[in-house]
Amino acid sequence: MADILLMKGNEALARAAILAGCDGYFGYPITPQSELLEYMSRELPRAGGVMIQAESELAAINMVYGAAGAGGRVMTSSSSPGISLMQECLSYIASAELPCLVVNVNRGGPGLGTIQPAQGDYFQATRGGGHGDYHLIVLAPASVQEMADFAYLGFDLADKYRNPVMILADGALGQMMEKVTFPDYDPQQHKLPKPWATTGKTPDRERNIITSLHIEPEKMEQINLRLQDKYRRVESEEVRWEEVQTEDADILLVAYGLTARICRKVVELAREAGRQVGLLRPVTLYPFPYKALARLALGVPASGSPGQVRLILTVEMNAGQMVEDVRLAVEGRVPVAFYGRMGGMIPSPEEVFDYLEKQLGAGGAEGGEPAARPLEEVQP
Amino acid sequence: MTVQQTQMKNRHDGPPKEGYELVYERPSTLVDIANRYCPGCGHSVVHRVLMEVVAELDLQSETIGVAPVGCAVFAYDYLDVDMQQAAHGRATAAATGIKRMLPDKYVFTYQGDGDLAAIGTAETIHTANRGENILIIFINNGIYGMTGGQMAPTTILGAQTTTTPEGRQLAQHGNPLNIADMIALLPGVIYVTRQSVHKAANVRKLKKTFIKSFQLQELQRGLCFVEVVSNCPAGWKMTPVESNRWLEEHMLAAYPLGDLKTPPGDVSR
Repeated sequence: MADILLMKGNEALARAAILAGCDGYFGYPITPQSELLEYMSRELPRAGGVMIQAESELAAINMVYGAAGAGGRVMTSSSSPGISLMQECLSYIASAELPCLVVNVNRGGPGLGTIQPAQGDYFQATRGGGHGDYHLIVLAPASVQEMADFAYLGFDLADKYRNPVMILADGALGQMMEKVTFPDYDPQQHKLPKPWATTGKTPDRERNIITSLHIEPEKMEQINLRLQDKYRRVESEEVRWEEVQTEDADILLVAYGLTARICRKVVELAREAGRQVGLLRPVTLYPFPYKALARLALGVPASGSPGQVRLILTVEMNAGQMVEDVRLAVEGRVPVAFYGRMGGMIPSPEEVFDYLEKQLGAGGAEGGEPAARPLEEVQP
Repeated sequence: MTVQQTQMKNRHDGPPKEGYELVYERPSTLVDIANRYCPGCGHSVVHRVLMEVVAELDLQSETIGVAPVGCAVFAYDYLDVDMQQAAHGRATAAATGIKRMLPDKYVFTYQGDGDLAAIGTAETIHTANRGENILIIFINNGIYGMTGGQMAPTTILGAQTTTTPEGRQLAQHGNPLNIADMIALLPGVIYVTRQSVHKAANVRKLKKTFIKSFQLQELQRGLCFVEVVSNCPAGWKMTPVESNRWLEEHMLAAYPLGDLKTPPGDVSR
């Protein structure tokens, strides 16, 4: 039985990354993720890894680029403004197909914003963030335990797909303390061979070139097609989500990360009030669980069972970003409401519940025709 | 048949004809393709000298290079060693990542003036200040060649470029940046030298500085910085011969050749 520790989210993630065999960490101070940088400074060299406090987030992510290209299992972490600075190189990393882990402990924006927790970086994280057509694989932890668990998972997914993986947390998950355990994990069993890495051209192979430059458009299109093939594979194999009391739910909450924690309480409050409320929590934000959500909300056409969900309420700490993916999933066949707080404000379960009650009382979803219908086009 | 294929066909690699003696050949570490740099450009000479050194020191399997954005982005087409292409200005950050992962390998960056001394100034200074055991090769031709001849941080006063059509003016554009002098001040830097490739004697001197830099890197003595004052006939809108003359008369006045910093006790200068 592994020891149970009480740790901050930032530190739990850092510890897990080291246990996952992190060879190099490159970072720059920014609140509310600095504990991750500090923990790495203290512990990673002791574990035999490389830690550099870079002169900027630009330098940090480019050190990640070089180190990942050299075959290392490497990472960086930052918070929203710092992650914005990294976007150019993340595009390069995605294009050159370098595996690495990037942690965004999301704070309130836009601009310098606030150091309080927020989810305003959802679009940036899930749509690529930088220039060109690419995706990060985006994991959204909702507990200190998951902050740790996703470090292992993130490194493994990065290696598996040769793709940058982002852990999109928020200031609260980074700062709060919870109990956490660290599983048995042997990095040597998980690290994949990297014959493409620039480790020095030996006589038995051609030179390895890490690049995102392909001047000929025919070649660049082929690179793009290869990337898109990979993203389709990721979308079919790596979608993760969690359902809470969805079996009989006719009202569905959709939330990720910290707001999913809050919505668990909302489910309790609503159940006490006699409402059949459930929660779907996307764990991967890219790939987004479109099909799982559609199946839940719209039913399974093949079995003839109509969906029973009459209202979806998406809750986020932003102006409404993931809600666009929720609407895409149900294609207008279920009313989708949104409740959000911004600027570092955290919604309370009670205010979300009150908002939900107002939505139900407004008649939009209560009474009349059931809003949910089976969707023929959606394959289970 | 394309131009390149014709050139390939006309090459005279292999054993020399009877009665001829092979006195000069392509180093084994230089890829056997026609180079696509503009006629008279210094890049191809620097490439060759660098690869001669890698071949002669037998470091092909130990050497990793970083090519940045600019004309030098194509370096990996020619240099037969493992290479990474870095974002504009970030070559030394990428090189830092490589070197820290593979401390026993030899790592060099090959950067132009816009890359190293404008957009990448912070990375350049801080990599040098950390004393990373790498070699920075800095090609200073005082212009942005790849994008069509705009002002570089090292463009000398009075020089015409597409963004200084009246010539670089102190009041409007500021002084040219002599970054090698700045780098030489940093204690993490062991060797700073400024060379050129406009004459055969200078090419030979450059080769010695590369050899010395690899030796210092092996000893982990700190960062080595080799500036090459070079030409850009296309960007300067001159013939190759004119560009070399202009380089000697004007560029070398602003950027005099020689060592700026040598290892303590070094008597080879």
